[in-house]
Formats: sequence, structure tokens, C-alpha cells
Amino acid sequence: MANIEQLQAISSQMRRDVLRMVHAVKSGHPGGSLGCADFLAALYFHIMKHNPSFDMDAKEEDVFFLSNGHISPIFYSALARSGYFEVSELSTFRKLNSRLQGHPATAEHLPGIRMASGSLGQGVSVAAGAALAKKLNGDKNLVYVLMGDGEIQEGQNWEAFMFATHHKVDNLIVTIDFNGQQIDGSTQKVMGIGADIEDKMKAFGWKVLHMDGHNFESILATMEEAKNATGKGQPIFIMMKTEMGYPVDFMMGSHKWHGVAPNDAELANALSQLPETLGDY
Amino acid sequence: MKTFEIQNIKDTRSGFGEGLHELGKQNERVVALCADLIGSLKMDAFIKDNPNRFFQVGIAEANMMGVAAGLTIGGHIPFTGTFANFSTGRVYDQIRQSIAYSNKNVKICASHAGLTLGEDGATHQILEDIGLMKMLPNMVVINPCDFNQTKAATMAIADYEGPVYLRFGRPAVPNFTPVDQKFEIGKALMLNEGTDVSIFATGHLVWKAIEAGHILAEKGINAEIINIHTIKPLDASAILASVAKTGCAVTAEEHQMNGGLGDSICQLLAINNPTPVEMVAVNDSFGESGTPDQLMEKYGLTANAIVEKALKVIARKK
Repeated sequence: MANIEQLQAISSQMRRDVLRMVHAVKSGHPGGSLGCADFLAALYFHIMKHNPSFDMDAKEEDVFFLSNGHISPIFYSALARSGYFEVSELSTFRKLNSRLQGHPATAEHLPGIRMASGSLGQGVSVAAGAALAKKLNGDKNLVYVLMGDGEIQEGQNWEAFMFATHHKVDNLIVTIDFNGQQIDGSTQKVMGIGADIEDKMKAFGWKVLHMDGHNFESILATMEEAKNATGKGQPIFIMMKTEMGYPVDFMMGSHKWHGVAPNDAELANALSQLPETLGDY
Repeated sequence: MKTFEIQNIKDTRSGFGEGLHELGKQNERVVALCADLIGSLKMDAFIKDNPNRFFQVGIAEANMMGVAAGLTIGGHIPFTGTFANFSTGRVYDQIRQSIAYSNKNVKICASHAGLTLGEDGATHQILEDIGLMKMLPNMVVINPCDFNQTKAATMAIADYEGPVYLRFGRPAVPNFTPVDQKFEIGKALMLNEGTDVSIFATGHLVWKAIEAGHILAEKGINAEIINIHTIKPLDASAILASVAKTGCAVTAEEHQMNGGLGDSICQLLAINNPTPVEMVAVNDSFGESGTPDQLMEKYGLTANAIVEKALKVIARKK
């Protein structure tokens, strides 16, 4: 289990992976990937009990689903860096015949991926099903989901939120990446999801927690609190404040880098702000 | 022309209900979900015996498909139940991404397909579902013809690993297939061997094809009648062998002409053995309110329509 100093080194390397992957194919989604790097590093290197010798059925281990599949670069980096496949395979991202599809997919049998995602709003439903499967199997491990904030505009999420409360899916921890940005601009401008998401989720019967997605103390403490809150009849929703593009100075604070790859000069600039800690792939 | 004894008159959805109930006893991995239509789908018996293996999702079909996909992770075999319209068109992207593309072992069980749903009208009478489902890679598409075959198909799909669309209906129809007949996915069933025309029928139109066969026999025409209960994968060798003998074909289904069984057979024949074909299907139209019999008559899905098309396609051979 990595400590905070190690997690900082891991997430710096994962961010380098993301930038180099999207730069190499001139496509992909760096903004949200960078913003969620600390959370995914913490999840795969500290929080989850998981087995890199991959088993689709995930018996006796925690499970993670990425609902906002477009941040696949950071997901692939987390999987490779935690031992699901060789880091050298990151260089195949988005290329023909790769297992690292533009959005996560099971068809190419990449270890660590249990469900395709990309078309938004489906992850919470899937995770609720997987969580119920764990209950049927008497498996006490947990199911985690990461979703985007713009994604909450999809109606299926609200069906799933209602369902998880009704069926007391209390082994489910959903984290929402609150970066306030989506393709066409700020979430409040595009389709006001409301400053009152917390009230909405509470009204739907969820336990709501908050954390700073760029502070490992906050991430680890909040996730520990979330784990302790499982098994009490309520699903758990964590509002994770992040900044799209963090911590690359020219990528932060705008939706511009949602789905645009850096050019050569921008890549060099961004990499100069992120120490190479574990060796580039 | 072979005669078939009608054992009773029953709805195919009850065959699903009995099959699911039986599966509940035999296979602990089977779980069921329903979107507020337990009675219509005849799921009560399964739920009574297996309350912990049933999940009511309410009127939220998109979520049902996602939850079903998730339930497969850990080894369960989810059977979803709602009307055919809400099992397909309403949730196409959920099925496409979370079930078909992800290749999850979900059984999408769809009742009230086609015109025979009756009085509720076109909002509920889906005639496009076979096409929607057969276009999805990984998806198996099954449309059994009577109570016994629907029960057998329900049980057989639990033993098949992968996504399946099982389509059945609301009205009581002749139940004539042998009660112990094994259901083999993708294996067409020869009902009557003939030499003059091949009639390929699916679902409720299979019995009408048999009725048509008797009418044609009175006219001295020897029709070969084949029950295509599995539209995908299509039993290409059975279809090609039949038309090699008869030289022409009629397809019959309670579905749009576009995207249905007839469309699959035309594709197969055009590529492998161009053959005259006539199609009994709904011709690019929505349905409407009415009794099932009135609707089948108005939209031309009858034994007489099959006879007419058979005579026409035989004439085209020359």
C-alpha cells in the first residue's frame, strides 16, 4: 500500500503517461484525465483491494467502473502502473489493433476493464448491478465508480440513484469528478446541474461526502470514511472537487483541454511541470 | 401435408413464465429483473420462489439494462422482463454498449411484440425490434412460435453464454410443438417437407404457415414449411438446402419487412443462390388499435396472405 509521498510520485508519472499518450496520437481527453490522476492513483495503489491477475467475475476483491469513459488515458495508466499489463503497451493507445481503445472496452480483453464505457450515464447502473451480485455471492468487498459532473445530466443516472437507494445497495461508493467543465463550457452554463447536487443526492437517499481531489490526505481520509459508511443501508456519493488539467498551468481552469491533445511545444512545457518518477513508458 | 395436433391454446409469454420458474429451481445463477410488468410477463411464480433473486426496477428500463449487465459480473445470469418496445428501442444504447459490445450474459426477454399486442395501439406494438437486435454484433435473436417452444427456448438460453434477445407475445395461440422438444439455438425446424415452395416463418406466423400449407395442399401444391425460431444466427444451411429443392421462398413474420427475418433470408439468398422470394410482413407502417385478429387481417399477416404470396412466387419461378 503506497504512502502519500509514493502516491505523489505515482500520480506525477501517471500524468506524464496521459500527456504522452494523447500527444502521440493527437487525440484523446487530457483535461479530465489529469484532474482525476490523484484519485485513481489513490484508488489503485492504496484504497482498493484488487488483483492485477485479472478475473472478470471479481470474486473476493473490490471492483471499479469508470463511467466517464473518455478519461481512458488515466485509467489505462493506473492499470498498467499497478500491474495489469506492461506499461510499454500504453504506447498503443488509440492505434489500430490496440487493446487500449479510445474509450474502455472489453472486446479486446484488456485486463482491468469489466465494462465498456464512453456513451455516458451508464456506469452507476452497471455498478449497482455488480454490487447486488456481490451481495448475492456473500462477497463483502466494495464497488467503486467514478463519473463526470457533466455526465449527471444523463437521465439514466437518476434512475440508478433511485434504484440503489430502494434496493439498499450499501456496498457502492460513487465519486463524481466535480471540475465544473464540459465540452461546450462550464456545467452551470451548459445545463445547470445545480450548486445543490448535495441536496439532490440526499433527497435521493444517498449519504454524501466531500473531498479535495488534489489532496491525498483528503482523498485517503474521505475514502476511509466512505468505506466505514458502507453496510449501513445507504449508497455513498462523494463530491470530489478537482480542476480540469491540474496541475499543468496552461491547461487548468478551462474546458479547452477536455478533448484536445497538446502539440510538441505544449507537451514539452507540460512535462517540464511533472517530474518523471517511475520512468516513462 | 402433415397435420399438427393443437394441444391447447396458450400465450407464449406464459411459456416464458413457466420456463423462468423452472430455471429458478434448476439454476441458482439465474436472476430476474422487471420494469413494473410482473403480471404481463408472467414472472410471479419465479418471484414467489426466489424473492432474493428478483429485482423490481420500476419504470426505468435504461437502468434495468445497466443493472442486468452489472449483475453478470460475479457469475449471475440476468433475465430482464418488459414489453418488446421497452426492451429494445427505448434502451438501444444501453444494450449496445453495456450488453452487446461488452458481451455480457444478459437475456433480454420481451413480451407483447408486434401487432398482436392489440388494443394499446402503435406506441406499444413494436415491429422493428428484430431488426434493431439482429444488427448488434454478439446478439442472438430468438422468436419462438408457441407456448412449448417459448418455454424450451427460455430454458435453453440460460445454458448459452452471451447476450440473447428472446421475443414473444401476448395473445393465446395454438400450442402444437412437442412438449419435450429440445430447443437448439440457431437450428431451424422442418415442419413439413415439400418440393414446390419453401415457407420460412417465425413466431406467431408459424402456425399460420401451417394453415397455409393445408390450403396450398388442397390446390395441389406441396409446400415445405420451416420454423425459423432463431433469426440470428440464421440456419443458412437449412434455408439454402430447402430453396435448392423448391426454387422459391415465402417469408412470414409479425415484424416490419425492413430488418426482419425476410430481410435476413433475402440477403442470404441474394449472395448464395439468387431465388424468387415473397415476403409476408408489415410494409413500412406503424400499427394501430384493434383486436389481434383484426390487426393481423388488416396488415396482411394471415394464412391466406401466405397462400397468395406462395402462388405468386411459384409463378415467378418460370
